[in-house]
Amino acid sequence: MTAKFSIGRFVLMATLLVGAAFFLAPLYVMVVTSLKDAEETRNGNLLSLPGSLNFSAWGQAWSTACTGVECKGLQPFFWNSVWMAVPAVLISTTWGALNGYVLSLWKFRGSETFFGLLLFGVFMPFQVVLLPMSQVLGWLGLSSSIGGLIFVHCLAGLPSTTLFFRNYYAAVPGELLNAARLDGAGFWQIFLRIIVPMSTPIVMVTLIWQFTQIWNDFLFGVAFSGADSKPITVGLNNLANTSSSVKAYNVDMAAALIAALPTVAVYVLAGRYFVRGLTAGAVKG
Amino acid sequence: MASSLDIQGVRKCFGKGDKAVEVLKKIDIAVAPGEFLILVGPSGCGKSTLLSIIAGLEEPTEGAIKIAGRNVVGVAPAQRDIAMVFQSYALYPTMSVADNIGFALEMRKVPKPERKKRIDEVAAMLQIEHLLDRRPSQLSGGQRQRVAMGRALARQPQLFLFDEPLSNLDAKLRVEMRAEIKRLHQASGITSVYVTHDQIEAMTLGSRIAVMKGGVLQQLGTPDDIYNRPANTYVATFIGSPTMNLIAGQSMASAQGSTFAIQGADLPLSSAVAHGSQALLGLRPEHIVFNGAAAWRGEVSVVEPTGADTYVVVKTAAGDVTVRTAPQVRVSPGERVGLEIQAAHVNWFDQQSGVRLG
Amino acid sequence: MPKTLDNLLPKLVLAPAFVLGLTFIYGFMVWNGLLSVTASRMLPNYELVGLAQYERLWAMDRWWVALKNLAIFGVLYEGLSMALGIFLAILLDQKVRGEGFIRTVYLYPMALSFVVTGTAWKWILNPSEGLQKMAQDMGWTSFTFDWLVQSDMAIYCVVIAGVWQSAGFAMALFLAGLRGVDDSIIKAAQIDGASLPRIYLRIVLPALRPVFFSTLMVLAHLSIKSFDLVMALTLGGPGYATDVPATFMFAMSFTRGQIGLGAASATIMLATVAAIVVPYLYSELRSKPHDR
Repeated sequence: MTAKFSIGRFVLMATLLVGAAFFLAPLYVMVVTSLKDAEETRNGNLLSLPGSLNFSAWGQAWSTACTGVECKGLQPFFWNSVWMAVPAVLISTTWGALNGYVLSLWKFRGSETFFGLLLFGVFMPFQVVLLPMSQVLGWLGLSSSIGGLIFVHCLAGLPSTTLFFRNYYAAVPGELLNAARLDGAGFWQIFLRIIVPMSTPIVMVTLIWQFTQIWNDFLFGVAFSGADSKPITVGLNNLANTSSSVKAYNVDMAAALIAALPTVAVYVLAGRYFVRGLTAGAVKG
Repeated sequence: MASSLDIQGVRKCFGKGDKAVEVLKKIDIAVAPGEFLILVGPSGCGKSTLLSIIAGLEEPTEGAIKIAGRNVVGVAPAQRDIAMVFQSYALYPTMSVADNIGFALEMRKVPKPERKKRIDEVAAMLQIEHLLDRRPSQLSGGQRQRVAMGRALARQPQLFLFDEPLSNLDAKLRVEMRAEIKRLHQASGITSVYVTHDQIEAMTLGSRIAVMKGGVLQQLGTPDDIYNRPANTYVATFIGSPTMNLIAGQSMASAQGSTFAIQGADLPLSSAVAHGSQALLGLRPEHIVFNGAAAWRGEVSVVEPTGADTYVVVKTAAGDVTVRTAPQVRVSPGERVGLEIQAAHVNWFDQQSGVRLG
Repeated sequence: MPKTLDNLLPKLVLAPAFVLGLTFIYGFMVWNGLLSVTASRMLPNYELVGLAQYERLWAMDRWWVALKNLAIFGVLYEGLSMALGIFLAILLDQKVRGEGFIRTVYLYPMALSFVVTGTAWKWILNPSEGLQKMAQDMGWTSFTFDWLVQSDMAIYCVVIAGVWQSAGFAMALFLAGLRGVDDSIIKAAQIDGASLPRIYLRIVLPALRPVFFSTLMVLAHLSIKSFDLVMALTLGGPGYATDVPATFMFAMSFTRGQIGLGAASATIMLATVAAIVVPYLYSELRSKPHDR
């Protein structure tokens, strides 16, 4: 019996590890390629290790690689993404918290219907708002600017952040609110003194989810940005698709890793909040 | 600072049209200053709804709620000068005990030193000074209960409302806290309304009890009234454990004046019922004695000794009857016994409506 | 606070979300629909032309290719992700050592942008330098893998990259669902003599139906939106062999100066999503109890 048992477990673990290898392989390839020089990339193959740790590709990716007309590397795009993502994440999270607060604890006639209507925004394909949005951005004087991108991301994130907070706050016991009302606390006092202090878990989830979505977005980046406001995803795509005579895959891989670094770092450091965010959005619907 | 509470003609309906449910059907109760009124009844009888209406957390469909003569319907809960203790305590989870107690004072912009003084006073009254810096999650059930009471006491309100505050405690703690609540009421003298489904709490705590069922006030009276002169069979069987025995029968004329004929016996009782009419005889278990010579006979079916008393269920032709006797009286299942009624404690009810007669 | 203000304040706070949110979603949807029945080309032109743009759309070979690709990609991406996801979830459910680490590894691709994924897999699937070269270097000299540049096979490369990215997500959802199944039911079945595979098949998997549907929902919605991945991996190429409605719409609207046509394709995308999502949302909201 024990022999059979351990063979089963062995096969189990082996399968799981093969799976892990499948998921890790591309990452390995990316890292390994990014550390090679141009020669090694040509002569070696996907899995071969570099002769030595060579960070020149990284340097190029960051500051000298060509992304279309300009050859300033990913650096400007990285900062564009930062200037875009940080305000957008903070605004959309705060906005979602306020909306979730009202929709769960201060319901009024029509508020549930509104929530249902808003919910469709979580699933809607954004292609359908691209054209109208570019018009509106033009009218607002925000086209081709980081401000415009922030505006779009806040709107696009509105349904999901509201959903997260509304579901979380819906679990607050009614008696707690009644006690606060009796004690004389009004709308803002209840929010700031009672609700916000108990919101840490959902705030974490929302911040991480929003940061991942916004930093990784490509569609809005490529549709609404101008020369000076392209986020890093657009920069990366341009870099990897520039038709130059010799493709420098090591630089491409280094660039991809640079673009991936912030969200992967967030995932590694605060992964469980990330998982909670994914499952909260999907399973609860 | 005790004030009176007048509940006048309060009605509450939920829903509209043919889906409308009348949860409260015209309730009138006048509570004197300093009184401890109990609202008791089964789940769904409307007692919690009535409490919410008094608190201002809900509005009545009709009627007035007057606190110290002022109609507060339409006034926000915070302006009614009411404090409430909730079933789940509803303590603010991220605040310390001290902040919980002082929160209402903070909302009223009471200056910090005064607040601290009041918090310390209340904490001393409830013996929770050592818990002031803790969070609610670090407290036991009984401690949380005290903090909830402290939060209400700190307000020095005109009216205290209790929404089944002891239901979440274990039996032993419940008895302790019951005494505590009574003691605090005697000390503070604040008019209180207390909702419970537990008839023992009702009997021990209240200066007056309002028994409710189906949104209707069944009886309003002192514990003595409710227990000894119940207004209908519902109140009679709701209060008192084991429940009052109800036996159907007919009043008859006889040589001695009147008897009450039940299945299997003629009892020498005169009732307020006219001769020839049906009635229900209501008798509490402690008002029946074993007497071998009595006319009414039966067979012992179950004997339940509780230590202080013994409850004996006797099968008679008129139905099962519960008798309460002293533990020294020994009877065993199967024994034939005679049942003697203490006529002074008999209650009469109409057989159809259950309403008290006479 | 006076009662009327108390009533008004929540509504005021919600007002921006109400106005902006509904405009953004429904207002723009209508606007887009409007554009799709106009003669707009480079710039919006509100001359109504009825369904002319739609007729043009359905007459374009490129659109049909895009739709076909969506079908292929959609079915394979969802099917394989879910199959792999369930499989891995069941394996991980067996209380293995290092479960946390393995889960982290399976799930990290979701933290990447589809552009990063596309860029990486473009290199891996590179016809001359990628998998093909690696296999040949390892001795398998006749191995060829140039799907990426083959018109009829390129879409499967998109599938591979997509499944790699999302299978971990499906796994996470299924694992959460599996963990939610009552232990005592499984123990009862074990006492009754059922073997482990049997238990999974007859008891556990049926209990996962809600998770199954919500995962399907999310993956379907992701696949319809799959713009980033295609752009990064193949740019819709070779030619337009891997075009999908999302890239088609973008090309028409922003590169080709055919706004009316682009709007029409966007409307079709919306209709497809709505057909799946609206019934799902409706049933979810109906079954949720309304508290307070």
